Amino acid sequence: MNLPLFRAHDDPGPSFAELLRRTGFDEPALPRDGTVPASDFRHGTTCVAVRYADGVLLAGDRRATSGNLISHRTLEKVFPADRHSGVAIAGAAGPAIEMVKLFQLQLEHYEKVEGGALSLEGKANQLGQMIRGNLPAAMQGLAVVPIFAGFDVGRDEGRLFEYDVTGGRYEETETASTGSGSLHAGTVLRLGYRDSLDAATVTDLALESLFEAADQDSATGGPDPVRGIYPVVALITADGYRRLDDDELADRTQALIERRRNR
Amino acid sequence: MNMPFYVAPEQVMKDRADYARKGIARGRSLIAFRFEGGIAICAENTSSTLRKVSEIYDRIAFAGVGKYNEFDQLRIAGVRHADLKGYSFSREDVDARSLANQYAQSLGQVFTHEMKPMEVEILVAEIGLGDDGEGDQLFHILYDGTVMDEDMSVVLGGETETISERFGQLDAAPTLADGVRRAVSALSGPDRSLEGPDLEVAILERGIGRRAFRRLEGDELAAILAG
Repeated sequence: MNLPLFRAHDDPGPSFAELLRRTGFDEPALPRDGTVPASDFRHGTTCVAVRYADGVLLAGDRRATSGNLISHRTLEKVFPADRHSGVAIAGAAGPAIEMVKLFQLQLEHYEKVEGGALSLEGKANQLGQMIRGNLPAAMQGLAVVPIFAGFDVGRDEGRLFEYDVTGGRYEETETASTGSGSLHAGTVLRLGYRDSLDAATVTDLALESLFEAADQDSATGGPDPVRGIYPVVALITADGYRRLDDDELADRTQALIERRRNR
Repeated sequence: MNMPFYVAPEQVMKDRADYARKGIARGRSLIAFRFEGGIAICAENTSSTLRKVSEIYDRIAFAGVGKYNEFDQLRIAGVRHADLKGYSFSREDVDARSLANQYAQSLGQVFTHEMKPMEVEILVAEIGLGDDGEGDQLFHILYDGTVMDEDMSVVLGGETETISERFGQLDAAPTLADGVRRAVSALSGPDRSLEGPDLEVAILERGIGRRAFRRLEGDELAAILAG
């Protein structure tokens, strides 16, 4: 691999995607028509996001399905995008994870080339463009629909963005959910949402929303204390992105189950 | 028909080398050294926006002296090389040695084939994966593509001999604060003193996560300089 030097007039600038195109990493061509059967690839399911007092929470269940089968029990769908933001994905797992990888690289690449990070708004727009680029694949069944959440250092508050398959970007002020269980999870979130929740309450709310989604939606995985599998929950605050550890989630899940048992 | 004047190849090379060296000597110097917790790079730079030291990849840093636009172009090419390599293989496959070789190829090519050599000297530093300094590397690359693998410390820029002499040999890796103070007094010399705003200091630090590059600025740097 040689040193990618460009003349000033055709320099790809701080865009990693543009650099990939210039250096011959072309995206695979899609077949012209037809759709990929849902049973032929893995599907990631439910993710949620909630704004709270210190920033924003992102959470996702762990299940991947291929058609009616469970194909993975420990899939991670919540990722740090950079120090102050994260992305949660639902949809075709392969393209989604690739999109996250490229998105993470894009943010870091920009930061290094330009010597400063993109604004949160800029990051959200970048992700929108990547989703838009995936539209032909989405038309053939490989849709990817993420949630983007981050702490806006300039405004000193957490912000979250929902998308649709066309790359449309919609900022939400309270909660967001995506994936097959999003209807159920979203309802729980909306009912439980209050202004300026604290970190503990918002974590319980997110766990409950995923619990409820798993109860009603076969493609969403519930907590699995037998194997020690819990949702991925991350808090993004002024201090950065922090993923909660499984011990804390196990305790909170246990408490949630107790509350259900005693009601 | 006019015949071009014959110029001996030795003379051509010498002229180019002199030209490059003169350009480099006009700028201010920098010192890179190993300290207990990683590698530090300490440059004299009055600008807080036009950087001489920067991040290339998780454990790799870049520093350049000489003509800003030329070494900055190399820096960006390095970031691109590293990010592309990490994307197509894996993050752990990105290493300073191959990047240093790429820089050497490119600088060598320009030196022999272009009208004007690049007036730069660059450093590629990498910290190893362990916590004992094993695998730490300092590659010093000259305007003509010469690569040198340095052990404990290296000085880039003009007056390197005087500055190296003032900095001295490191037998063991010093603490960060000791090393930085020593580097700053070597850069400044006996007749003047350098303060925080005159300096650009950055480190590759072990144990702070995936991205090891960090700048020392403001109060943190002032505290180190005050001793």
